[in-house]
Amino acid sequence: MASSLLWASRVASRLRISVSQRGFSSVVLKDLKYADSHEWVKIDGNKATFGITDHAQDHLGDVVYVELPDLGRPVSQGESFGAVESVKATSDINSPVSGTVVEVNEKLTESPGLVNTSPYEEGWIIKVELSDAGEAKNLMDSDKYSKFCEEEDVKH
Amino acid sequence: MSVNRAKNLGLPLMNLVRLKGAPILEQLHLEERLLRTSSDNWCIVNDGTNVPTIVMGMSGKPSQLLELGPVIQDRIPVIKRFTGRGTVIVDKSTMFVSLICNKDDVPNVQPYPRSVMAWSGSLYGEVFKDYVFGDRKFGGNAQSIIRNRWIHHTSFLWDYNVRNMAYLKLPSRVPQYRLERDHTDFVCRMKDYIERSDFVEKTVKAVGNQFTLKQVNLEDIDSYAKGEHLKSTRLLTLKELEEAMAGTTHNA
Repeated sequence: MASSLLWASRVASRLRISVSQRGFSSVVLKDLKYADSHEWVKIDGNKATFGITDHAQDHLGDVVYVELPDLGRPVSQGESFGAVESVKATSDINSPVSGTVVEVNEKLTESPGLVNTSPYEEGWIIKVELSDAGEAKNLMDSDKYSKFCEEEDVKH
Repeated sequence: MSVNRAKNLGLPLMNLVRLKGAPILEQLHLEERLLRTSSDNWCIVNDGTNVPTIVMGMSGKPSQLLELGPVIQDRIPVIKRFTGRGTVIVDKSTMFVSLICNKDDVPNVQPYPRSVMAWSGSLYGEVFKDYVFGDRKFGGNAQSIIRNRWIHHTSFLWDYNVRNMAYLKLPSRVPQYRLERDHTDFVCRMKDYIERSDFVEKTVKAVGNQFTLKQVNLEDIDSYAKGEHLKSTRLLTLKELEEAMAGTTHNA
C-alpha cells in the first residue's frame, strides 16, 4: 500500500494531478475520469488518453498480451475496442468516450506488463480524437469511482 | 407446491445445450456468439469433437507452442480462440463443458479471472469430490470476460492419444504446478477414474444446484442470439503456419 502511494505520488507529480488516498488498496488518481468497466480517461482539449485502472490490473493479474485497435478505427462510449489477456482470461477493454483512434501504445506489444506496473502512465493503451466532449459527464470522478470500487469489492 | 419447484424458485435460469461430436470450431463460434449477443446464461456440453484439432488462446504464437513440421505435414487444424492462453489438442475423447454467465446471476463471483476460476473450482469440486487425481491434470480451462458477462470453458481429457501430444511443444513459461514434467507425466486420463456418463450427469447436477436448467436444441439458438458481433475465433491458414515455421527456421 505504501509503495503504491509513493508510486502514485510520483506519477501524480509528473502528470500535475493529485492522488486520492482511500481505504481500499487500489490507486485512484484525481483529475481523471472513470468508467464503471474500470477504464480511466484523461481529456486534453479534443484528445483523450485511455487505459485500465489500478483496480482492474490488480484483479486481472499479470497481463501477457494487449490487443490494440487499428489507427483510424472509430470507438464508441461503452463498447469494446480491444482486449487484454491475463491468467487464462481475455477481458474486453471498453471505450470510456467516443472518438477515432489516433495513437496506440506500441510499447505494449513487447511489454504488456506495463499495464500492471504503470497503469496510469507508461501503460496507457490508446489516444483518440473526441467526437463528443460532452460524453465525459457520463463518467465518474475519482471519489465516485473509489466508492464504486469499494462497494464492488465488499459485495464479493 | 412440490419441494423441487420450491427449491428452484429464486435460482437464475440457465439454458443447457447438449452436443455430441460437434466440431470444436463450431462450438467455439457458438460460444462467442452466445457470450456477445445473448443475455441468457448457458451451459454447453459437447461430448467429443470430430477430428483432432489444436486450439490456442488469443495470443498464442504457433512457432512457440507447436511442433510445426508435423502439424503441417499431418494437416492438423489449428484454431486461435477468443479466450485466454492455454494450448490443447482435442479429439473425440475430449469432453467440453462451457459456462456463460451474467455477472449479476452469480453475485458472489467478480468478473475477474481468479474469482471465476475459484467458483468453477468449487463447482467441479462437487463433481470430482469422490475421486483423487494426485497432481496430474485432466483438463484445461480458459475465460473471456466482457462487460457484464463471462465465459469459463473447460476441455476434459476423457482419454488422449499420446501421439497427438507430440504436436505440442513444452511451454516456455511453465506454471509452478507443472514442474518439469513432459505431457505424459503431467496429464492423466479421466476414464481411469470416472465413467463418461457419470461425469456428464454429475456436472449437469452440480450446475443445476445453482441454476434452473432448461434444455435448448441447437436448431433453436437463433431465437436467443441475434445481431452482429465481434468474431475472434478463427482457423489459421496453411500459409500462416508455413510462415510461422519459416520464421522459426530463419531465426534458428
